[in-house]
Amino acid sequence: MTGASYKPEELLITTFARLLLRLERIGHVAVGALSPIPGAAALLAQALAADEGGEEAGQETEKGAALAGPGQGHKMRVSIIHGDANNPFTDGGRELFDCAGQGRIDAFFLGGAQIDGGANINLLGTGDYPDLDKRFPGSFGSAFVYFVIPNVILFAPEHTKRVLVNKVDFISAPGTSPPEVHRPGGPKALVTGKCAMEFDAATKRFTLESVHPGVTVEDIRDNTGFDFDLPDGGPDAVPETPAPDAALLDRLRTTIGPEIAKTYPAFAERVFG
Amino acid sequence: MTQFEDLQSLAGRVPHGALVALAPDYSWVPMALVRAMIRGGIKELKMLAVPIGGMATDLLIGAGAVASLEAAAVSLGEAGPAPRFTVAVETGALPVRDTTCPAIHTALQASEKGVPFMPLGGLIGSDLVENRSDWKVMDDPLGEGGGPVVLLPAIKPDVALFHSPKADIHGNVWIGRRRELMTMAHASSASLVTVETIEDRDFLADEETAAGTLASLYVTAIAEAKNGAWPQGLTGHYDRDADHIRAYAEAAKTEEGFRQYLEGDVLEPS
Repeated sequence: MTGASYKPEELLITTFARLLLRLERIGHVAVGALSPIPGAAALLAQALAADEGGEEAGQETEKGAALAGPGQGHKMRVSIIHGDANNPFTDGGRELFDCAGQGRIDAFFLGGAQIDGGANINLLGTGDYPDLDKRFPGSFGSAFVYFVIPNVILFAPEHTKRVLVNKVDFISAPGTSPPEVHRPGGPKALVTGKCAMEFDAATKRFTLESVHPGVTVEDIRDNTGFDFDLPDGGPDAVPETPAPDAALLDRLRTTIGPEIAKTYPAFAERVFG
Repeated sequence: MTQFEDLQSLAGRVPHGALVALAPDYSWVPMALVRAMIRGGIKELKMLAVPIGGMATDLLIGAGAVASLEAAAVSLGEAGPAPRFTVAVETGALPVRDTTCPAIHTALQASEKGVPFMPLGGLIGSDLVENRSDWKVMDDPLGEGGGPVVLLPAIKPDVALFHSPKADIHGNVWIGRRRELMTMAHASSASLVTVETIEDRDFLADEETAAGTLASLYVTAIAEAKNGAWPQGLTGHYDRDADHIRAYAEAAKTEEGFRQYLEGDVLEPS
């Protein structure tokens, strides 16, 4: 265990950042609406990737990358919509989606008021649509970006059976699609307040990848509404999610905090003070 | 030609029952104009969020001015859920045509081009599609093996409403990089715009301003409204008034709190 103390949000941010650095060919991360934790994670991953130097990963289209040649541009590009900072889009609200549709975005984050074991997500509401019991803001761009961005990372800060359900009440966007549907994108992972999971589109199932410090596999079973797989070796083989050390936390608070505050001032004030 | 007039006259141009397009809270929402419309007793509006609704939409819903809404989401951002929207949907008082962000952008682009529909990828298997009888799923009509696509009917708003830092005396409006406003205006039958100032020059005569300018061709009428986006922000001019928006989010949780807000901050012209 590390001696550094951190907030739950900070563990989520560093876990997302590590995930982004581990996934292959992440040249361009985009961050959508209402996403301060993913935004901070993407900026942190960008800063860590820059430390390593080297050539950029596969940003932009495949043909574009081939034309650009090695060593051009950023190692990791981060685009955060809805603000004036870290927002490269100059062609209006459509551009994020057009960009994603062309394959120019490698990773994206989606939340869910409900997420089920097949990685179907519901951002719209609970109950029997349209007679909803509880209404949430709505599906945003999920019904499109989930299909076209290759590495979608799901997030659920609240890890309960209320959020992680056996079957979502409304499918804002499906986790998998039949073969005839053009779908270069989809879910790769899920990070919650208690654990990280990987998703396999072939089996349509999540595998528990790590539990956050202080959480047991038993806790995950008790608080998850869907069935999931364990790694080879069973419950004892599930590692603990690495906690951020003092140096990483300092970097997050002093460098990334002020940057994400430009888009999410209330979040930055609450988490980073 | 583009008309120049006062705020209340501009508000009076919006007919009851109109299909009204509004951009998200970060995109120069004409809050002063929306308040003027509520003061004028506007009703039966069909709202189109392009593509996300915020405080203006919530105010209009709470004021009883909205008959129906098409949106990808409605939220007050960091201030939390949009309270009047949430209550209206949960009680069944407000019919919503739920959609997804790029579907709205695409349907407006169809109107820009004057074609009856446009295709969009993704979507297949979302319950949104099941619940939109006006959308049509078909196999790649070119037979190139592209798989099923969704055809979206063009959306042609009666009127687009937005705020901007400046217009020129010819009725050209500067929109900078807020190009969803350009799309909205192109697709709509009329555009009503409020601005901080009207400048005695021609934005189209200067290449640097021309690229970020919506030509008067699309602009029906303009009114000056100082701080016209408040409590939302206006890029390069003033920040979002987060305290005010948070106070609204809290007050509007109850019908009584919303009524008090309406009487204090909307019905009393500021």
